[in-house]
Amino acid sequence: MNRPTAHPLSPQAPLVPPASHLVAAGYGSPLLKQALVDSLIKFDPRQQVRNPVMFVVWLGALVTAALTVSPTLFGPSHASHLYNGVVTAILVITVWFANFAEALAEGRGKAKAASLRHTSTELHARRIVADGREETVSASALNKGDLVRVERDELIPMDGEVIDGIAYVDESVITGESAPVIKEAGSDVASSVTGGTKVISDSLLIRVTASPGDSFLDRMIRLVESAQRQKTPNEIALTVLLSVLTLIFVIVAAAMAPVASYLKAQINVADLVALIVALIPTTIGALLSAIGIAGIDRTMRFNMLATSGKAVEAAGDVHTLILDKTGTITVGNRMATALLPVAGCSAARLTQAAYLASLFDNTPEGRSTATYALNEGARPVVGQDKAVGTEFSAETRMSGSDLPDGRVIRKGAVDSVSRYVTEHYSRPVPPDLTALTEQVARQGATPLAVAENGDILGVIMLSDVLKTGIRDRMEQLRTMGIRTVMVTGDNPVTATVIAAEAGLDEVVAEARPEEKLTLIRREQAQGRLVAMTGDGTNDAPALAQADVGLAMYTGTMPAKEAANLIDLDSDPTKLLDLVAIGKQMLITRGALTTFSIANDVAKYFAILPALFITALPGLNALNVMGLATPQSAILSALIFNALIIPLLIPLALRGVRFQPKSAEVMFYRNLMLYGVGGLIAPFIGIKLIDLGLALVM
Amino acid sequence: MSPFWLQIGLTLLATLLLSLVLGRYLARVMTGQRTLLDPLFDPLDGLLYRLVGRDACSRPMNWQRYTLHMLAANLAMAVLIYLVLIFQNRLPLNPLKLAGMEPMQAFNTAISFITNTNWQSYGGESTLSNFSQMAAITFPMFTSAATGFVVAIAFIRALIVKDGGADLGNFYRDLIRFSTRVLLPGALLFALFLIWQGVPQTLDANVAVNTLQGAHQTISLGPVAAQESIENLGTNGGGFFNVNAAHPLQNPTPLTNLALLMLMSSLPAALVVMFGRMIGNARQAWVIYGVMGVLLLGFLAMTVLPEQAGTPLLHQAGVSLQAGPLQPGGNMEGKEVRFGIAQSALYAAYTTAFTTGSVNAMHDSFTPQGGMPLMIQMMLQCVFGGKGVGFLGFLVYGLIGVFVAGLMVGRTPEFMGKKIEKPEIVLVSLALLIHPLVILAPSAWSMVVPYGLSSLNNAAMHGYSEVLYAFSSAAANNGSAFAGLNANTPWYNLAIALVILLGRYPPIIFLMAVAGSLAAKPTLPPSVGTLRTDTPLFGVWWFATILIVGALTFLPALVLGPIAEYFAMATHHLF
Repeated sequence: MNRPTAHPLSPQAPLVPPASHLVAAGYGSPLLKQALVDSLIKFDPRQQVRNPVMFVVWLGALVTAALTVSPTLFGPSHASHLYNGVVTAILVITVWFANFAEALAEGRGKAKAASLRHTSTELHARRIVADGREETVSASALNKGDLVRVERDELIPMDGEVIDGIAYVDESVITGESAPVIKEAGSDVASSVTGGTKVISDSLLIRVTASPGDSFLDRMIRLVESAQRQKTPNEIALTVLLSVLTLIFVIVAAAMAPVASYLKAQINVADLVALIVALIPTTIGALLSAIGIAGIDRTMRFNMLATSGKAVEAAGDVHTLILDKTGTITVGNRMATALLPVAGCSAARLTQAAYLASLFDNTPEGRSTATYALNEGARPVVGQDKAVGTEFSAETRMSGSDLPDGRVIRKGAVDSVSRYVTEHYSRPVPPDLTALTEQVARQGATPLAVAENGDILGVIMLSDVLKTGIRDRMEQLRTMGIRTVMVTGDNPVTATVIAAEAGLDEVVAEARPEEKLTLIRREQAQGRLVAMTGDGTNDAPALAQADVGLAMYTGTMPAKEAANLIDLDSDPTKLLDLVAIGKQMLITRGALTTFSIANDVAKYFAILPALFITALPGLNALNVMGLATPQSAILSALIFNALIIPLLIPLALRGVRFQPKSAEVMFYRNLMLYGVGGLIAPFIGIKLIDLGLALVM
Repeated sequence: MSPFWLQIGLTLLATLLLSLVLGRYLARVMTGQRTLLDPLFDPLDGLLYRLVGRDACSRPMNWQRYTLHMLAANLAMAVLIYLVLIFQNRLPLNPLKLAGMEPMQAFNTAISFITNTNWQSYGGESTLSNFSQMAAITFPMFTSAATGFVVAIAFIRALIVKDGGADLGNFYRDLIRFSTRVLLPGALLFALFLIWQGVPQTLDANVAVNTLQGAHQTISLGPVAAQESIENLGTNGGGFFNVNAAHPLQNPTPLTNLALLMLMSSLPAALVVMFGRMIGNARQAWVIYGVMGVLLLGFLAMTVLPEQAGTPLLHQAGVSLQAGPLQPGGNMEGKEVRFGIAQSALYAAYTTAFTTGSVNAMHDSFTPQGGMPLMIQMMLQCVFGGKGVGFLGFLVYGLIGVFVAGLMVGRTPEFMGKKIEKPEIVLVSLALLIHPLVILAPSAWSMVVPYGLSSLNNAAMHGYSEVLYAFSSAAANNGSAFAGLNANTPWYNLAIALVILLGRYPPIIFLMAVAGSLAAKPTLPPSVGTLRTDTPLFGVWWFATILIVGALTFLPALVLGPIAEYFAMATHHLF
């Protein structure tokens, strides 16, 4: 699977990327070739009728084709066979460009579905029958509760739970992640395996947990195929608007014919068709479905699986993001961020002691303490390899090292260490320890006391560490008007400090998982759309309630079923990418609609004077572009109308450039770019084409 | 004579000031607050409530009930008007013993007046009895104006309703309150003013006089002042006299001319101010007012300047076209010498912008380029527009604009905190479709059928302009005529009546459905991610939407009418 390299929240796509960008965006030549074939199939009227705007062009081409055969079909006309033929050709090409855009957008989804389907049909299983023998059956014959054995280099036939064994499994077919993961019996996450993934070491005994046809792989195939077919709510609304605009322009143009005949102004019906096609919003009509499909596709390329385009669109709409602290805002573990000696102890001594105390501490906190101390000047000492480690226990709540030189170093919770030094060494607790402890707690960090031979030397400060760039991202969300709420089981002090540091809008501390549901309902009651991530079974109700629920692939099945999106990378931060993808999808539609309609102004001025040049010569004053002849004026407008489609295909597939800005700023920018640009571009384009035509005509 | 721009500028300024004062008052009236007039009119309200039914006047209505009651009441009144017209010979107050109206013409007239259109295919003084003038003409001038206005009120309430309430108020209560607090006192006051200025108000028949030249002349009289004040206050436009406000007894002085302009413009403009107060967002109202104002200024200029400039043939003939103390200059054909160019063009622009339909000059005789903006204003129907419906028409463009703009900022579009989704877009699109359909289809048809062409007074482009104007006027419920077209034929009576109906009720029904849908939606709290619609930038966008989606749609039709005529005129072709 191609993974996008650029972050959608960061500026990436230029306004109109050159064609080579298509390849860079993952639309390589096999997809282009396939799209060429598929685009021809889409000329089928049964498919065309689903897109009313392009269907009108298609019908128009039929009319002009008839006029090519017999130019006087609808009455006397000066138009030649050739001219009508050229008009017909341009119309057919216009439809074909639209087909091509859609086919190209669908291409990768189709390819993905085909490859998944291929995997799924190839699956076989070694089922364990009652007497312990193994029989080889097709994976589709497996039922819930069957036991199967999977050996090294075999594909796991069906979703299931590991009963016995430990093995590395390559899940890249689903997640795209090539590093294998370990699977073993007994743990919530690591015991569940997915059909289609490959065991690459040892063997596993698995109990099947999915019914035939309902495995994750099956669902994934269904999603990839169906998500593209459903139109999103805004897409439907826009289609309605575009269809009515099309109808209006058909009426407008058709109403000219009787009036022209009254004025004895001969009018070529092919020219009227040309006027209709030029005025109806073909640009957006041709690209609308490609934009939607590409949006879903982009979600997929960010390694997220959407149950429908609706979910992606809704992501662009969310007002409130509910974020877990751990894993989303902060990296999973706390890290040492300061060493604070008590009065009378040198910093160097504390640093050295903190390092030595962590020699045998393999927890992430311990490793981070050792690393931090080394950076601060601690040095390994001779004979430390012969030291004896004391592991952390729930009873003592301390760990440490006994060094060969007789030093006994301990670190642990401040109250435990205090008790330890008074009870074992009868040493006083330094008077400023309480103050230090409080100082650390106020900063939302956890203090650990360090003692050497019964002397408390100072405090290690363990802090939550924000993920890189999280502050910027929260800032971007705020400029977009999205509220962020952090939910954490931590105490309010810690939670508030983290929230302030990361720049979150609200924090819910000491929260139980059920409280997410309450929180979502509260936000929704105020009319807000809510997005959240989750992985546990107890997240499932909240994931289902949220407007956008993003489940982690490593999460439990109920969570994945309740959510409308699944992140195969299991990275909760991706929720932010999802927002960007959703917005980009909407913006692309709005921008191209504006562009398409703004184009009409120039087209009126190109075609209207050309229609009646003999009967009403005065109208040539409207020919502001100074187009050479009526024929070349009409053809230029039509050619511009057709060519703009392939020129904008890269934009439709990649989405317009998106920057996290306030609505005002975005509106101004896109209005200038696509509104004013859409007004001006066709004047230039049509004039240039007209100049070009003058060379051949 | 003062320079024309000064006359126009002062009129516009007066409109602005009047609408500010009136807007505040309207907001008080429509939100049920006390007004100074309450002690005077509360008893009348009580009487009317009892007449309609106390229960019916207090029950809150959702959009379906509101619309249904509005339609039913309109239908009942239309039937009444129709009966009065065809049986006027058997009804009292018919001093001239006029016969009952032809059924087809009565059908046309009933529809025309119940819809606030006031298209007249008859000549008032020679066709209608005094009773008919009062019961079939003046009465619906009140109710049709109030109907359009209260529909807009119901729509505005839908925007204010928080969290899924479905009630949009009570149709009868709104109708009665608006009539007794606004229309009735306003009409009364201005009727007195007009009488003072010399407009007749009598139940007597015509007077016969011997003129100074010894000729015999019959001067038509009747309850003119009463009808005229509501005619303009209610943006109705149907005159007592055939030539409407060009008649010296209907519009005797420059002061009455100014008063008529104030009457017709005050309520539609005040409605916008009222809207701002009702929604509690004056900025939003100013954006709307600003866009409407700029449109009005533009179209006004497009009318006044060519009229003042005159025509190439006049130039060639060496006529002085400069306005001076002794002559108005410009194209004076079809204009009253009393009013001159500025007042005539101003009146024409006002009457089409506020879709009133009363006229003080013959629009048929305007230059092609000066007559075109009049048509465009009716095609748009939202340059302030008529009572309520103009405002709603303006919102149609706004909703379409907000939909596309909302997508452009990456949000499901919202208007005033209400999401604009598929149901609204379907309904708004249909409302958008109606107008070009009912204007362009019948006017195109009329150009190829003998019963359509036989009514034309002029040939070629100008002939088409006459027909196009007639159907634009009908669809916009304006009622003014380009003249020249003989509209009293079965085809035009029927087609125009149908266009009036289709131009009036379907858009109202669609928009009431939008109101119902919006009212049921929660109001979303605004954030920086919300596209604001109360900024100048959005105003520009709104303006562009109206021009590109609204006005340009009619460009092909205009090209074959006034625009082609203009270019032909430049080469000295006349029609």
